[in-house]
Amino acid sequence: MTKLLPILGLLISFNALAELRATGDLGVVIEREQGNALIFNTSQHKQLAKIEQLGDLSHASVVFSRDQRYAYVFGRDGGLSKIDMLQDKLVKRIVQAGNSIGGAISQDGKLIAVSNYTPGGVKVFSSETLELVADIPADAGDGKLSKVIGLVDIPGQRFAFSLFDADQIWILDLKNSKKPDITKFKDIGKQPYDALISSDGRYYIAGLFGDSGLAMLDLWHPELGIKRILPDYVKDDEKLPVYKMPHLEGWADTGDYLLAPAIGKHEVLVIDKRNWQLVKAIPVAGQPVFVMGRPDGRQAWVNFAFPDNNQLQIIDIKDLTLQKTLTPGKAVLHMEFAPRGEEVWVAVRDDNQVVVYDTDTLQEIARLPAQTPNGIFFSSRAHKIGF
Amino acid sequence: MKKLLSLMLFTSCAFANDPPSERQEVLRNLLKHDCGACHGLTLKGGLGPALLPENLQGKPDDFLVTTILEGRKGTAMPPWRQFINADEALWLIGVLRKPK
Repeated sequence: MTKLLPILGLLISFNALAELRATGDLGVVIEREQGNALIFNTSQHKQLAKIEQLGDLSHASVVFSRDQRYAYVFGRDGGLSKIDMLQDKLVKRIVQAGNSIGGAISQDGKLIAVSNYTPGGVKVFSSETLELVADIPADAGDGKLSKVIGLVDIPGQRFAFSLFDADQIWILDLKNSKKPDITKFKDIGKQPYDALISSDGRYYIAGLFGDSGLAMLDLWHPELGIKRILPDYVKDDEKLPVYKMPHLEGWADTGDYLLAPAIGKHEVLVIDKRNWQLVKAIPVAGQPVFVMGRPDGRQAWVNFAFPDNNQLQIIDIKDLTLQKTLTPGKAVLHMEFAPRGEEVWVAVRDDNQVVVYDTDTLQEIARLPAQTPNGIFFSSRAHKIGF
Repeated sequence: MKKLLSLMLFTSCAFANDPPSERQEVLRNLLKHDCGACHGLTLKGGLGPALLPENLQGKPDDFLVTTILEGRKGTAMPPWRQFINADEALWLIGVLRKPK
């Protein structure tokens, strides 16, 4: 018996070793209708787990803890779920509002902020316990609460977001989380519908649905206020109908250029960040939704709103021309690049598949099953500003 | 009486011009995903307003048909007339009005 014990001990430790899992190359795929999150090993293209009953994920996004162990899922129904990717389990789920659009994690990883439509505002939670830390109603002064969009983390333990119904940009400073400090920028332009933060955390740019151009805030020079970029681009009366709002998150920030979807025009805008002038408007297949830069900045991949959402177009940044059009399937909703960009994963909702492409050859590598996938989020986002 | 008349009119229209079942599938998919992009998969609202039966109460069919086909200026609601016709819009409104 005494001989057997050490062997037994060895067996147990061996088992524990066999189950070790690193989390730096994991990915979360959201199943829209079922309300599930699938955990993938992205290097092996292998599904590891399915986390169920996360509520209404018809519009969902995910951020990751900086140790890449936990994924925080923001659902449409105000649900905020914390998933342990080491143990494949739901740690905690709260319903913090009636209707939500997305969220962000703070610079130090300790706070999770959620942007809400109903009641309009931002709520901030402890990333550890999901207990409420701060409640910021988006009261524009008239007593009405605005829907909040374009919430991102910015340097200095702050968040930036925009008020869709009140035409404002707010900066929320949480260095002292007990005493949140808010700086408000008013009359930024009508109906900001989404916003982005540059990869260095310097420029916060909101797209405007009800006005031409974009509203830009230089966070190194907040005293200069909001600058309107491309003020003459697409007047209201010449706008084409928009069957899905573009998303500015994941925009292509490539060298001196910023590539962003136009709204109401079937073009991708190339903007020079040095002078904020339009370099080129590249005609594309439809209303662009995501314009995402490959991590090395050589390509931008573009998907489209209904009815052109069966296509993907690739722009070569070297000469700012269309390189190729792909047709991955019906309803291409989202893309995610591998951390260094050799692969891109594409969510094809109506075909119930995630399609993986080699970004060099533009050939399909794999098709992975997923029910009505609408979002793909790799854990490498954990270390990127604005993700 | 006026209400009753339009209701009768609507009911008879709905029966007479219901889209074929294959087309109904397409329309339901459109409602779920493409209308749902703004109004929510469960139609409880998003960037666009909620479209649950109680939200549509008191809003006449012809107003809603026009909204769907022509869109609403000054809002994010686009015109759908390129993709669906008036009978199909009316059928969709019937689907929306039905308690789930």
